Amino acid sequence: MPEILASVLDGLLIGLVYGLAAIGLTLIFGVMDVVNLAHGAIIALGMFAVYLLFGAGLHPYLGLFVVALLGLAFGVVVYLIAVRPILNAPPLMTLLSTFSVSMIIIGVGTAVWSTSPYNVNFPVTTLKILGYTVTSARLVAALAAVLVTGFLYYFLYRTTLGKAVRAVANNREAAELMGIPSQQILAISFGIGTALAMLSGALIATLFPFTILSGGVYELKSFVASVLGGLGNPTGALLGGVILGLIEGSVAPFIKISWTNVIEFAIFVLILLTFPTGLFGGRR
Amino acid sequence: MKRLWVLLALLGALALAQGHTVTIGFTVSKTGKYNVESVNQLHGIELWQKWVNDQGGIPIGGQRYKVALKYYDDESKAERVQQLYSRLISQDKVDFLISPYSSGLTAKAAIISEQYGKIMVATGAASDSIFKLGYEHVYQIYTPASRYLTGTLDMLRAADANLKKIAIVYEDSKFAKAVATAAKAYAEKKGFEVVLFEGYPKSTTDFGPIINKIRAAGAEALVGGGHYADGATFARQLYEQKVPLKLIALLVAPASDEFAQLGDAALGVVAPSQWEPLVKYQQTCGPSPAQFTQMYKDAYGKLPAYRAAGGFAAGLVLQRAMMDAGSTDPAKVKAALDAMDITLFFGHIKFATDPANHGLQLGHEMVQIQWQKQGGRLAKQIVWPLGAKTADLVYPIR
Repeated sequence: MPEILASVLDGLLIGLVYGLAAIGLTLIFGVMDVVNLAHGAIIALGMFAVYLLFGAGLHPYLGLFVVALLGLAFGVVVYLIAVRPILNAPPLMTLLSTFSVSMIIIGVGTAVWSTSPYNVNFPVTTLKILGYTVTSARLVAALAAVLVTGFLYYFLYRTTLGKAVRAVANNREAAELMGIPSQQILAISFGIGTALAMLSGALIATLFPFTILSGGVYELKSFVASVLGGLGNPTGALLGGVILGLIEGSVAPFIKISWTNVIEFAIFVLILLTFPTGLFGGRR
Repeated sequence: MKRLWVLLALLGALALAQGHTVTIGFTVSKTGKYNVESVNQLHGIELWQKWVNDQGGIPIGGQRYKVALKYYDDESKAERVQQLYSRLISQDKVDFLISPYSSGLTAKAAIISEQYGKIMVATGAASDSIFKLGYEHVYQIYTPASRYLTGTLDMLRAADANLKKIAIVYEDSKFAKAVATAAKAYAEKKGFEVVLFEGYPKSTTDFGPIINKIRAAGAEALVGGGHYADGATFARQLYEQKVPLKLIALLVAPASDEFAQLGDAALGVVAPSQWEPLVKYQQTCGPSPAQFTQMYKDAYGKLPAYRAAGGFAAGLVLQRAMMDAGSTDPAKVKAALDAMDITLFFGHIKFATDPANHGLQLGHEMVQIQWQKQGGRLAKQIVWPLGAKTADLVYPIR
């Protein structure tokens, strides 16, 4: 029994971080109908950002603030160069365009850092919760994911800019008629989505080693979490991530570890068959 | 005057050409995924060639034979290996063969060498399966995978006669799985109870679920691992989660110098290694471990990795077989290899001669290294076998 509890707790904590990554993906989709295939590469970029900042002497948790700002700026740039010009073209074009961005990031990253694993080596303490050992890094990562999500909600529902983002997501023409500068809002939304992806990457980097290719795994998990929660629904994405983590955690004690993915995706398919628009419904 | 020089040069070249030469052929992965390891192995072979030629060549039947090497880049690809080994034998007419690096490529080269009846000394290949196919001309230098962790278990038993519960956790790769399966059978024979026997996917970065299982099973010691990245991560997370294990032995990763970057997480971790520069074998032929290490350092400016040592040892084994045979005649050299029982700087070398395992390495043993603190700094020490050790095993580690 304690083993299952330990495993479920592990799953819950890591699930919150998956959820944060998924929010980044689902936000961009919800606001501008773009499936961002550079999501994984951007997550990896977040990992390296915190690694480099740590190398420069900044504690990884302080580094998170810088990573968020960098992510925002980088997202706006990517939007202006690779997304905006083809926003009204068929969906395949934005898929190809963001995929190209992914290839560029991974290509440059491989040239600079190779595909060897890197670690953010900072002292980690352990805590006893319910008689089970948890590393402080896992707790902080989960807590940070919850805080960032809370902050995002505050932004979306309590600030003028956030309300404008929701308005544009709802109906771009109508928002423009109300005087909302939709292009700027879209750029900011893409920036926020990118910042969230980079933040989740940075948090993952405090837990596990990573390479420039590591984003792929988390991109896949983000897609699954987003679809589970209903595409375009940030709360759903967070909960989708938590569900994903819980599935991983609760099946692990009973089966061989190599089978975790099989079970995870089998449950995913089952949920989709039962709830085609995700557990919490898609929302624009 | 100019013509005289040309004539002299020609005569000189002719005289050299008439001297005896034995040509060794092989392929090197100068490109592709085995690039680093394979070039390392090449350095060992080249150093052997230089060492033996500097002494005037190999004394065979009262004459000196210079060593010539003939090799091609196999691009780390199996199909290239087959083409190139055929070429080495039929076009280049080499006398003997050394294998490429890695078990996969060696398995391909072995098919060709066996087809043509050419002797091939296999280094950089720890697979057992190549030697279960009834081949008669392939000889293995490395300790085979089936014995990779047996030394570790012997050492553990010697350190703690009462220890019962061990966990064997391995990467889901062909090599690690073969090693783990053999280790499980051996552990049970040695009276251990294997409380957890489980693989993890190659790309694993989160060992949380595995660590939970190790705890739940109440394992007292852990053996397993796979390659560098997973092994280093596994060791780190075992340390972070404060898993109370008396011994941790992992394949590959701790044997690498980079493992020291883990800091305290590396402390006490054990790894089997084919060879280490510090070993203290009493060789019966060839250079001593210290002499080889010095030669290598002089030539390449760094300490030799075991792959380079394996390359040198492969040359040395061929050399010794020719000397024992007193001939370069393949049948006589084969008989000498079958009868060989020597200790090199690389360790004990003896081949299986029964038809079911012919050529399998029986003599060579893995050395066990352990990361220990020396004057506040992490350093690798050899703790097993006792004949090669540089320090006592630290046990229990936590």
